[in-house]
Amino acid sequence: MPEDDIIDVSDFDPNFRDEIAAEPGGEYIRRCFSCGTCSASCPVGGVTDKYNPRRIIHMALLGMRQEVLSSGFVWLCSVCYTCYERCPQDVRIPELMNAIRNIAVREGRIPQTFKTQVGQLRAHGRLYEVGDYENERRQEYDLPPIREESAQVRQILDDMDVEEEAE
Amino acid sequence: MSRYALYLGCTVPVRGLNYELSARKVLDRLGIQVADLDGFACCGFPAKPLDWKAGLLMAARNLALAEAAGCDLLTLCSACTGTLTEAAHRLKEDARLRAWVNEELARQGKKYSGKVRVRHFARMLYEETGVERLKELVTRELTDLAVAPHYGCHYLKPSHLYDGFDDPENPHSLERLIEATGARVKHYEDEGQCCGGGILGFDEDTALLMTKQKLDHVVAAEVDAMVLICPFCAIMYEANQRRVEGLYNTAYKLPVLYYSQLLGLAMGMSLEEVGFKLNRVKSRKLAQLFRE
Repeated sequence: MPEDDIIDVSDFDPNFRDEIAAEPGGEYIRRCFSCGTCSASCPVGGVTDKYNPRRIIHMALLGMRQEVLSSGFVWLCSVCYTCYERCPQDVRIPELMNAIRNIAVREGRIPQTFKTQVGQLRAHGRLYEVGDYENERRQEYDLPPIREESAQVRQILDDMDVEEEAE
Repeated sequence: MSRYALYLGCTVPVRGLNYELSARKVLDRLGIQVADLDGFACCGFPAKPLDWKAGLLMAARNLALAEAAGCDLLTLCSACTGTLTEAAHRLKEDARLRAWVNEELARQGKKYSGKVRVRHFARMLYEETGVERLKELVTRELTDLAVAPHYGCHYLKPSHLYDGFDDPENPHSLERLIEATGARVKHYEDEGQCCGGGILGFDEDTALLMTKQKLDHVVAAEVDAMVLICPFCAIMYEANQRRVEGLYNTAYKLPVLYYSQLLGLAMGMSLEEVGFKLNRVKSRKLAQLFRE
């Protein structure tokens, strides 16, 4: 085994599991007994070995904070809830992934695609703009016009500091 | 007053007009009036991974609008259904969380007391209208069509949000709804698999590989169309079908229909009336079957 592949436990953060457990959605991380039902059921893991929920949970429990937060791991969960239904320990893995994502975001680690989405939400209150062009097209199909409501969505994102995080 | 307000979300009113217009026509045929409320915005789904509080507040804002109008929410998108149902559950059960949400909503002149029920269009048809009633309204049985159902994820999961509706591992509601139109249901490998839409923006290759896998399985079952109930699943299987074909040098030419389109056709509507012009993958068989 190459020297670089050996993990150095002195870099671990033993409090990481408590940090995750304190985050809404992450409460049940300590229940995991690493059975691997999540990984066996995972449709993302089924097509790529880049994503392996059991591995991520195990890394988090070991305290590999930097590795978990800086890699793209947690962003690869498609949030399909297949593992959520099947987990014998009710770890609620998609919510756990969201909890870790929330922690990563607070440290400024936010993938570009989400930054773009926040930009759309701030500008239009929704992921796709509904302007004159879209409303004209809707009218062609006898569908009622839609008025964008962006100010209140922007206020929510501002109040929760999502804007700052997304920059 | 309408019992339901129609909540369209972000994707349907821009990229799923065929879904919206066929659903509205079907609702009309069923005599179900829906209200179009002013002020709805995104359900909060894209904000939850970044900041759960922002996601919850965005959902609560929409719930508050419906509550003020005395309506429940009727949804077309499964991701919206999941996000809004989760928020409705949490805010009904957790008085402290509700109090916090209301402090924030008060700044927007809104209030939410926890009364709104969220229902996906297909679930509403299955539970409230009922398959027998749908059959009565079918004027053209689609017996010449064999279709593959795709339930998607958030319509059924996480199941604790949906009070025991259907079986997340072996669902049947969409199958029964399809059978009501006379069309034959064909099952295929890995029927419950996710479309991959959730990670399209983050890792396109992986997402499209998930899409490819399902398209392979559906095409192997030799169907005339795939039938689904979520606009994002449609983006993956229909709007991205050509891209997957290009990437993997294959040809599916698999028509993808929203259930509301299938039902509309069975109710005697034309392809044009159900918005088939907006479906990207055409098929000679469908065109011949439903020629005016």
